[in-house]
Amino acid sequence: MSHPLPLNNQDNQESFVLNLGPQHPATHGVLRVKLTMDGEYIMHAEPVLGYIHRMHEKMGENRTWAQFMPNTGRMDYLSALSFNHGYAALVERAMGIEVPERAEYLRVITVELNRISSHLVWFGAFILDLGGFSPLLYAFDDREHILDLLESVTGSRLTYCYFRFGGLYNDIDENFVDGTREFIKTMRERLPMYHNLVTKNIILIKRLKDIGPIPKETIRKYGATGPVARGSGVDYDIRRNEPYSIYPEFDFDIPVYTECDSMARYMVRMDEIEQSMRIIEQALDKLPEGPVMAPKVPKILKPPKGDYYQAVESARGSLGMRAVSDGTNKAYRLKLRSPTFSNLSLFSEVSEGMLLPDALALMGSLDLVIPEIDR
Amino acid sequence: MDFSKLKERLTALALIEEVPAAPPAAPAKGEEEQPAAEPAAPVSRPAANDINYPARGFHFEVKVAADSVVAAATILDEEGFFLEAVTGVDWIKEKELEVVYDFTIWQPTCRVVVRTRLNREAPEVPTISEVCPGANWHERETHDFFGIKFSGHPDLTPLLLPEDADFHPLLKDFQV
Repeated sequence: MSHPLPLNNQDNQESFVLNLGPQHPATHGVLRVKLTMDGEYIMHAEPVLGYIHRMHEKMGENRTWAQFMPNTGRMDYLSALSFNHGYAALVERAMGIEVPERAEYLRVITVELNRISSHLVWFGAFILDLGGFSPLLYAFDDREHILDLLESVTGSRLTYCYFRFGGLYNDIDENFVDGTREFIKTMRERLPMYHNLVTKNIILIKRLKDIGPIPKETIRKYGATGPVARGSGVDYDIRRNEPYSIYPEFDFDIPVYTECDSMARYMVRMDEIEQSMRIIEQALDKLPEGPVMAPKVPKILKPPKGDYYQAVESARGSLGMRAVSDGTNKAYRLKLRSPTFSNLSLFSEVSEGMLLPDALALMGSLDLVIPEIDR
Repeated sequence: MDFSKLKERLTALALIEEVPAAPPAAPAKGEEEQPAAEPAAPVSRPAANDINYPARGFHFEVKVAADSVVAAATILDEEGFFLEAVTGVDWIKEKELEVVYDFTIWQPTCRVVVRTRLNREAPEVPTISEVCPGANWHERETHDFFGIKFSGHPDLTPLLLPEDADFHPLLKDFQV
């Protein structure tokens, strides 16, 4: 519901400033939003960033190409493998390293598992924002299976550093394949339950339907990507539009909803869980034998002079990395383009005139991960 | 869809740069080749190039003067492109700061990079946030990290750095 009266930002004596965050459960981390309110309605919202800014880009210039790999797991803590993938693919592009087929398959499998776990955390936390507590417990239960699976191959549960230039740190074991198939079976039984309990819930529908509409043109003007864009009818997914790795070999759909509201963004992510499972199944079926590491990767990497760009689709949208190399063993410049940074930048415009609780539903539907915004 | 019209419009904005003449084995097209053995003079041409996508990850780059970035952004916006990121590179040896604008389009894939070089002592470039509202934060971030002034920008207060920050950490002479 939008504001019934025209807003007058200058002369309104009734307005007051409300601080949302930086320590607020609905902002999923330390994000502060400075709100100018007229009663329950937002006149102006200004996100204040930088509370967990760590200057990863400078660290990229101060350590060797390989030493930066652990950093990539520490930005988007919910889909760290996408950052691993983007960075590995960037350096492989610069160095012209070929990745063995088995490694590419395992990359896709683990990244898609990570995407599902990211969407599950978002699902639980989003419903929690809206006042429903128990779905979080179910979502974390399912996510636990993924974390166990990924821990067995990567060695860590959250801040993965699994990819190497030219392959992977570790091959999988037999338990991983069986465990993943078992997880997909369980998840397929759970998803209808989620839809019955949550998606069809009248309270959720009332909180999300027609709330926070983001027009397609706004998406483009702000460079929003990922499920946020696909909920506004933008059929754009790097995995298909700018294929990398071995995604072209798989048959999967890109869920697109044209309603533009928070419900559409919710549905995109719920559908993506199923699509990721389809990709994983196909990859497990076709998984070739062979090494997981390219045979001749130099110990000291010195990419030729020049700049290189690599985009991958993280759970939150188009993740871009730009490296400028001066031919030495360290990056001259490493730019990280995080998707949520652009996605959040439209919040100020879209939230104007909204009720505060609706704006929180909108914010939740953007799927924010603050360390990834702040870098 | 073919981007030749877009490339043509961007090329018209590009700076003219001198590049070494093509090696003698492959005579440059359209150029009058002198039979003399003396080394060929550098060729002047617009700094707009198609890029080998598999090797570099983008399709087209154009170098423009600082006062042409708004025109370049307007052309790209009209053609349906959106801004992915704005960033800087500190070329300290050349005493220049480069601003890099990454544009892309939903379909079909085409990544366009717009570059401009600024004087390192007084880096200033017009803001493109009027054309692409999404540039607002990207330019603020670039101002934080490099101290590049985006003239006409509505609010250049630090975005990611502390609110009283007076340093620019991505400059090469910034001591960690």
